[in-house]
Amino acid sequence: MADTPVEYIQHHLSNLTFGKHPEMGWMLAEKSSQAAEMGFWAIHVDTLLWSVLMGVLFLFVFKKAANKATAGVPGGLQNFVEMCVEFVEGMVKETFHGKNPVIAPLALTIFVWIFLMNSLKWLPVDWIPELAMATGLVNYFKIVPTTDPNATFGLSLGVFFLIIFYSIKVKGGLGFIKELSFTPFNHWIFIPFNLFLEILGLLTKPISLALRLFGNMYAGEVVFILIALTFGAGWIMGLLGLGMQWIWAVFHLLVIPLQAFIFMVLTIVYLSAAHEDH
Amino acid sequence: MNMNLTILGQSIAFALFVWFCMKFVWPPISAAMRERQKKIAEGLDSASRAQRDLELAQQKASETLREAKEQSAQILEQANKRANLMIEEAKEKAREDGERLIESAKAEITQEINRAKDELRSQISSLIVQGAEQILERSVDEKAHSELVDKLAKQL
Repeated sequence: MADTPVEYIQHHLSNLTFGKHPEMGWMLAEKSSQAAEMGFWAIHVDTLLWSVLMGVLFLFVFKKAANKATAGVPGGLQNFVEMCVEFVEGMVKETFHGKNPVIAPLALTIFVWIFLMNSLKWLPVDWIPELAMATGLVNYFKIVPTTDPNATFGLSLGVFFLIIFYSIKVKGGLGFIKELSFTPFNHWIFIPFNLFLEILGLLTKPISLALRLFGNMYAGEVVFILIALTFGAGWIMGLLGLGMQWIWAVFHLLVIPLQAFIFMVLTIVYLSAAHEDH
Repeated sequence: MNMNLTILGQSIAFALFVWFCMKFVWPPISAAMRERQKKIAEGLDSASRAQRDLELAQQKASETLREAKEQSAQILEQANKRANLMIEEAKEKAREDGERLIESAKAEITQEINRAKDELRSQISSLIVQGAEQILERSVDEKAHSELVDKLAKQL
């Protein structure tokens, strides 16, 4: 445990970074300054570990249900999985008016995966990091992947790639460029202006997707950490903190699924727009 | 908060998860749901069909019943008619028989009367001859006179 509140907070907001330090070679960063010095060629081990764990958990559970999927009377797990699938399918059908077998599974993956990653926030902020540090192997351990902008941008980049891919696939390379050049003002004089506007709009999509999710999760996490600070400040403050922790966790019953849902819906909307030929 | 290679790692993980979901998770679940939907639809369909069949059967049964009733009524009516006819025929026959009997009886009576008349006539003629014999007190040639008496008797 760090000494001052500032250090405590900073500690909780730092990722476990593995990378090539300019002076010390390949290593796990022991201080945040070292992590910063590693630059781009480093990875956040905790972010990747937990996001992959959650993704595997999602696929494991759903695959298990899929293996035993029957058209007869469904069991509990199948019921749950079908509920998710039906919910996502409904959203896709409502929003996406075309035929693309990728969209629905993509939306399902986004929704459940982000939900699971977000839901790690319900675990009290000290439990797993303390456990990990108790092993003596690591100095930092941040378990909620969506509070790491790398994770959210990683997701939104995937979506961005799909937007570009389907825009070009549906409209053709030339058609896509034409669309960028001639909307919203359909005149050749406005081509530079249109291009500026449309490319800006295009770039805004992944950035807003990633920042929205990251911002919500990060802010929530900071509040959880602030609340956790009270546990070290005597009985009264500790009890107060417990109450606040509970209230904040209940509030996240709303925030966590909502952010997952928004990310999914916006992805569907963006891809739907990419499929529309003007 | 450093942006680094994690972003790429995350993108790759994302792509892999989506691929796996699309390949191995979504299709069986979706297929099972479609199939159940179909099954339920078929079940409902067959239920409504059975209902319709039942209605049809009921309709048919009542129709058959009605026909049977009609037929029995017809048969009864026919039987009644036939019975009436037979009675009429029997009456007619009885009447005819009676009439014939009366006729023959009448004929017999007339015959009887005629015979009686003939007998009377012959007796009368013999009486007349006897009377005449007594009157004349002599025997007459019976043969010659009987012709005469016969003529007389016929005129009676």
